[in-house]
Amino acid sequence: MLDDFFIRALIAGIGVAIVTGPLGCFVIWRRLSYFGDTLAHSALLGVTLAYSMEFNIAFSVFIISSLIALTLIQLQKRTNLPGDALLGLLAHSSLAVGLVVIGFLSFIRFDIMGLLFGDILAVTVDDLLIIWIGGVLILLVLKLIWKPLFASTVNYELAEAEGLNPDRAKAIFTILMAAIIAISIKMVGLLLITGMLIIPAAMARNISSSPQKMVMYSIIGGLLSVILGLFSSLEFNTASGPSIIAASLFLFILSLLNIKQSIKLKN
Amino acid sequence: MSSEQNILVKLNKAGFNLNNKWLVKGVSLQVEKGKIVTLIGPNGSGKSTTAKIALGIYKKIDGSVEKYTNKVGYVPQKISIDWTLPLRVNDFMVLTESLNKKTIDEALSLTGVIHLKDKNLGDLSGGEFQRVLLARAISKKPELLVLDEPVQGVDFTGEIALYELIKKISDELNCGILLISHDLHTVMSATDHVVCLNGHVCCSGSPIEVAKNNEYKALFGEQASQILSRYEHRHDHIHTSEGEIKKN
Repeated sequence: MLDDFFIRALIAGIGVAIVTGPLGCFVIWRRLSYFGDTLAHSALLGVTLAYSMEFNIAFSVFIISSLIALTLIQLQKRTNLPGDALLGLLAHSSLAVGLVVIGFLSFIRFDIMGLLFGDILAVTVDDLLIIWIGGVLILLVLKLIWKPLFASTVNYELAEAEGLNPDRAKAIFTILMAAIIAISIKMVGLLLITGMLIIPAAMARNISSSPQKMVMYSIIGGLLSVILGLFSSLEFNTASGPSIIAASLFLFILSLLNIKQSIKLKN
Repeated sequence: MSSEQNILVKLNKAGFNLNNKWLVKGVSLQVEKGKIVTLIGPNGSGKSTTAKIALGIYKKIDGSVEKYTNKVGYVPQKISIDWTLPLRVNDFMVLTESLNKKTIDEALSLTGVIHLKDKNLGDLSGGEFQRVLLARAISKKPELLVLDEPVQGVDFTGEIALYELIKKISDELNCGILLISHDLHTVMSATDHVVCLNGHVCCSGSPIEVAKNNEYKALFGEQASQILSRYEHRHDHIHTSEGEIKKN
């Protein structure tokens, strides 16, 4: 069964969606979408390093993204530049350096489109293992830091005053962000990973009244997007990443209609 | 009276410096079990800063702070909650500690907002939200309560009731309370110890001692001093919740 590339892609996508659901909610709540983008852009550098040193891609991306996140935290402390400028600086310089390194690696054939937008054909059984084992680990860690992370998302000082150590939770969450980008890069591609994080969670925000419900709907939305997206990708021969994100956009628009209806009902 | 093991938090010449400006300097005070310590002082005198030093929110401080409990309830003066979060009162109650339904309901009933339990936090009025904040802080049965202007925006009758509640909680849970308030009338009748701040501790002691202090008079004016000293005469009776007056 795993011989079929489509089944492999489906299993990989489902794994990714279950993890991006809850993480995406935190990305929205904590306003981290540009942070996610920056980490994703830096992933290109990780991929090129993986190729040039014959390293595992996911592992290499994880290392580079974590380093970029740490660099960002240091820069925030040491400069007076605003956060979005620092994010842009890191995102584009790491993307540029990644592309320059690709230029030097002319002896390796690169599927740049696959890297940027995802490639279901490229998902191997090894990738499945990385996604599922990595995904379970990410969710376990997230469950452990949920209380301090959520409390400090609502109000940092309350969490700190009542002894929850929000700084540690924030640092661990940053690492989790790097990890999710590392495991989902092959499925969605580095330009669209943030979309996979944000859009299902945004859809969920429109229809949920509590944080738990938002996480649940976000996961369901992600799963539906993956399934819809992959089937249409197969049908119309489009890249997997854009197809999945387009499907999630479709669900987001549906959730907007739902709001309008409920407002009408109220009146 | 002040045995060492009753101390919950102790500040030794604590101060906090932000961008080369001292928000507060040289504050020494301690909060003990079952006691209410009130910080008073004009705007910008460092009351909230002192509370945050005691809570450990500010870490790079001058002097030292010794905290002997981790069961802390905090009602901040300002709280900005991001409404991108779908958060109901019920979710907010269990923010820092998991509580069972009975405990949550009890606390919300005590502050008179049980009917708002399933409402979105963003839909509450200022006074309602303040009551929820107080309910959340007391629901976890803390050993130390830090209340930074806990009744701001609460209606007049509610204000009196909530101060009575705070006094009751201090007695029932035997917890120490660090209270910040502008309302000299209400506060003084229940406070054990007053610390008058103006960037530093300008005077401290029992309410009556502070009222007689010249620095206090200079800071708040002669009238405020009279407010405080009037409580001297009220200490011979207590008000029951039914509105009766009992002689001590």
